[in-house]
Amino acid sequence: MKHLGKVLALAAVILTTNAHAEIRFGIVNEAYPPYTTKDASGKAIGWEIDLMDAVCAELKEKCTIVDVAWDGLIPALESKKIDVIWSSMSITDERKKRIDFTDKYYSALAGMIGTKDGTMGVTAEQLKGKTIGIAVSTTQSAYFKKHFAQVATEKSYATVDESFQDLASGRIDYVFADTAPLKEFLKTDIGQGCCEFKGNVEPDNAILGAGVGGGIRKGDDALREKLNAAVQAVRANGKYAEFSKKYFDYDPY
Amino acid sequence: MDFSWIFEYQGLLVRGAFLTCLLLAISVTLGFALAIFLAIAQVGNGSIARWISKGYCTFFRGTPLLIQLWLIYYGLGSYLPHIPGLRTSFLWPVMREGLFFAALALTLNFAAYQGEILRGAMLAVPKGELEAARAVGMSARMILRRIWLPRAIRIGLPTFAGEVILQLKATPIVFSVTVMDLYGAAYKIRQDTLLVYEPLLLVTVFYVGLTFVITQVFQKLENAVPVRR
Repeated sequence: MKHLGKVLALAAVILTTNAHAEIRFGIVNEAYPPYTTKDASGKAIGWEIDLMDAVCAELKEKCTIVDVAWDGLIPALESKKIDVIWSSMSITDERKKRIDFTDKYYSALAGMIGTKDGTMGVTAEQLKGKTIGIAVSTTQSAYFKKHFAQVATEKSYATVDESFQDLASGRIDYVFADTAPLKEFLKTDIGQGCCEFKGNVEPDNAILGAGVGGGIRKGDDALREKLNAAVQAVRANGKYAEFSKKYFDYDPY
Repeated sequence: MDFSWIFEYQGLLVRGAFLTCLLLAISVTLGFALAIFLAIAQVGNGSIARWISKGYCTFFRGTPLLIQLWLIYYGLGSYLPHIPGLRTSFLWPVMREGLFFAALALTLNFAAYQGEILRGAMLAVPKGELEAARAVGMSARMILRRIWLPRAIRIGLPTFAGEVILQLKATPIVFSVTVMDLYGAAYKIRQDTLLVYEPLLLVTVFYVGLTFVITQVFQKLENAVPVRR
């Protein structure tokens, strides 16, 4: 009976902590450095994690990370397994049909890397007849369809990582993705050996989106306003610039 | 339920369905041809051939298909570009494609299972029939071609139908090496439209339909050569 009392007390503690508002951040479980990745012990690290920590400190809320596969993020949000998508999701019109977004918290440039062959530039003219690896259903895939589909071939990959592998072994000529992860790959041994940065593509905001924001359930305006205010506060108090310096030599906002 | 995307993606879906059927046809046909040699090697007298065949079947039946596919695609495939001249040869456009490696892995895997089944079927052919063939003066080769193999194939036919259906359901893993088969198409549609179930439902219907066609074809074959008991 003594034990039962203890168990009940413990249960009460757990229940009350759970009842306390906590925000569940859905983070993609495929590595996407420098934004989100995992260290050797499986702990999530990266620029977006730093931003999340800063935002949560600002809000004085308890935040938890939930690992979700990229294609499961929006369904997980809708089925209330997570409260916000915090995983480099560009704000696009197609996605806005299903979910709401916070204001952008960083801007992503879209660029290409390719094998070292001395040519530079990524215009339609230069990509003629080339095979380009793109992660499935990204803003880059939509961009390709509009600007390059006439001249080049698209090869779809489940994740950007797999396309790097094929670029290194010569199966594709270019990888088209967000610039920051591309540059991260070029820092690795394989990347240094095989490939070089070819340039950013011409901007097309209708497709490439108005930056990256947190994905919010439709109608969850209270959380959206809270996060918007917190991101602005983190930018204003200098924390944003502080942790960004660890990853970038420019302001990602 | 929202199926309005079907028209926008019909090209992708049709191409995907074609690739699924193509991979099934290639791997079943070539795999079966290879299986005949594997089975003969195992029931024959040559001990080296028997051990090679046994080792092959054990390896390919003992490892997951996904691992075989990746070993071939990422392992073997990443060494190919280093072979001098291959990258500029006429073979390269085929050999750089995931489809080539997918077909290769599926074929080798199918052959291993089929070889073992065919071996069992060959041993199940009544001895009396083979002795009768010898008695009328047929050579060993002629017995194999006219009596042993045809009888074994008929005995194994119901099992082959099941194997072909299993093979069909093994094909979606080729998407992991960039082949846009029917599952790959469905995956892309799910990602693009953010619909979770509808694209999966559509491919489910396709796979069930194709399975139905396969069972019907094998039913016809079995009826065409009735077994007397």
